[in-house]
Amino acid sequence: MKRKKNYSLTVGGTLTLVFLLFALVGQVWTPYSPTAMDSTAVCLFPCAAHPMGTDNFGRDILSRVMEGSGSTFFVAICTVLIGGAFGTLIGALTGYFGGRADNLVMRFNDILLSFPSILLALIFVSLLGPGRYNIILALGVLFIPSFARIVRSEVIRFRELDFVRSARIMGAGPLRIIFFHILPNARVSILTAAAIGFNNAVLAEASMSYLSLGIQPPDPSLGRMLSEAQSYLFQAPWYAIFPGLTIILIVLGFSMVSEGLRAIRE
Amino acid sequence: MKLIIRKLITLIITLLVISFLSFAAFSLIPGDAALTRLGQDATPQQLAALRAEMGLDDPLPERYADWLAGALRGDFGESYRYEGTTVASLLSQRLPVTVLLAVLSLIMITAVSLPLGIACARYSGKWLDILVNQLTQLAMAIPPFFLGMILTYVFGLTLRWFQPGDFTQPSEDLAACLSYLAFPALAVALPKIAMVVRFLRGSVLSEMGKDYVRTAFSKGNSENGVLYGHVLGNAMIPVVTFFAMVIAEILAGSIVVEQVFSVPGVGRLLISSISDRDYPVVQAIVLYVAAATVLINFAVDLLYQLLDPRVREA
Repeated sequence: MKRKKNYSLTVGGTLTLVFLLFALVGQVWTPYSPTAMDSTAVCLFPCAAHPMGTDNFGRDILSRVMEGSGSTFFVAICTVLIGGAFGTLIGALTGYFGGRADNLVMRFNDILLSFPSILLALIFVSLLGPGRYNIILALGVLFIPSFARIVRSEVIRFRELDFVRSARIMGAGPLRIIFFHILPNARVSILTAAAIGFNNAVLAEASMSYLSLGIQPPDPSLGRMLSEAQSYLFQAPWYAIFPGLTIILIVLGFSMVSEGLRAIRE
Repeated sequence: MKLIIRKLITLIITLLVISFLSFAAFSLIPGDAALTRLGQDATPQQLAALRAEMGLDDPLPERYADWLAGALRGDFGESYRYEGTTVASLLSQRLPVTVLLAVLSLIMITAVSLPLGIACARYSGKWLDILVNQLTQLAMAIPPFFLGMILTYVFGLTLRWFQPGDFTQPSEDLAACLSYLAFPALAVALPKIAMVVRFLRGSVLSEMGKDYVRTAFSKGNSENGVLYGHVLGNAMIPVVTFFAMVIAEILAGSIVVEQVFSVPGVGRLLISSISDRDYPVVQAIVLYVAAATVLINFAVDLLYQLLDPRVREA
């Protein structure tokens, strides 16, 4: 059987890997120091020495974008890990056992899901204060319901299938059934949820940092660069274009991956 | 009818839970209103006196009851930041602007996404569908504030169709206000248009595969006849529910976009109040937005019953 080419997954995966590599390199090496100011090279148009130009302090934008993408990936990965781990656990347990706890948790989930996540993140930040780790905590907690809902529906779908029944007859306990029999079968759905989660995490972190309630200086962040670039939009549009383009391409990569995964599932 | 009453009770409970959470959460913050007002130099006696006066020593349930009673009358107390200004008056200046912005983007979303989504489903697999699919994926990847900056650069700084930052209050000159708000509304609307187009297309296509569609075709209906006469009504039902989410997303989007275009709306007030730790204002806005979200969901739920007889009977 010839497998149909999955362009979304290939292109999206490549895009994601390229930017992940770009961000990883940025953690150990950047062409200039991301914080080095150069008063002789203020708001330079992109050229050979500065491929993305320089900002109002003469800092190299490429170096800052490289380091900023690192924060973006760091926040997104941590967020999805927190949301994914707790969401999967809650969804699997409530879906498998059902009953009153299931009802209660899902009702609570529905309420949380009907709110715009940026508003909830803002509430968290106003309680905890801004900063990289508070953003991770806030977004991670907010992503729990969406994972829980997806995992729950998968567990319910598999719960009464023959292979699960036979495992039960063989004497496997509920935890063994959930973690060794059901969840491995639900991996594509969980991965899709993770890709969508990455996508949302990147956008949410960028928005929060743009509102200066996210990552705080001196930590670099793409959203923050954009808010600083806004005052120089007319003189130095490249200052805004490159960080913005980086966010778009990272998000596009994740959303193509999730589209590709969905195609696999169907 | 019984169903409606049950939903109404759920609605009231949800609203109470939300109001309690938004009250309790802000009571956990270290440092209270008395300290914020008097500053770090205040003597313990002054603090104690003000605390007693503001009722901060009362137990939490009692303070919650007071706050809720005030909130129901539209009285959220005074702002910490702007002394002598009530939260209600701060909000009442900004609410019309945000509502106008939200309505404007909702109109844009409906006007563009419905025809486009139907057209994509009608010509699925053709060039229009493929092109729109790529464009919508791109539109959903653009952060709304960056979209706002692009619009500012293109229409504000280059074409000079509007003057960024030069906002006119709707009470002064509604036309000028609307022509300014059109650009932030577009920034809010564009990603949501993409979402709705994709959702509507999927909904129409999944309806198209059903048995009654085959029957309709076999009776000699044309492609358009089946689509508009039979399928569209059914395909719109899930879209109505989806719109509840879209409206909540519009409110969220406007929080960020108001900042980009310096529109003096509720979103901007929320951000500045969070930065200034002006908690009464934050609390009131959170309660407003939360209540609005819940009420919209409730309304859409009712609409759903009206549109789909199967749900009504069940």
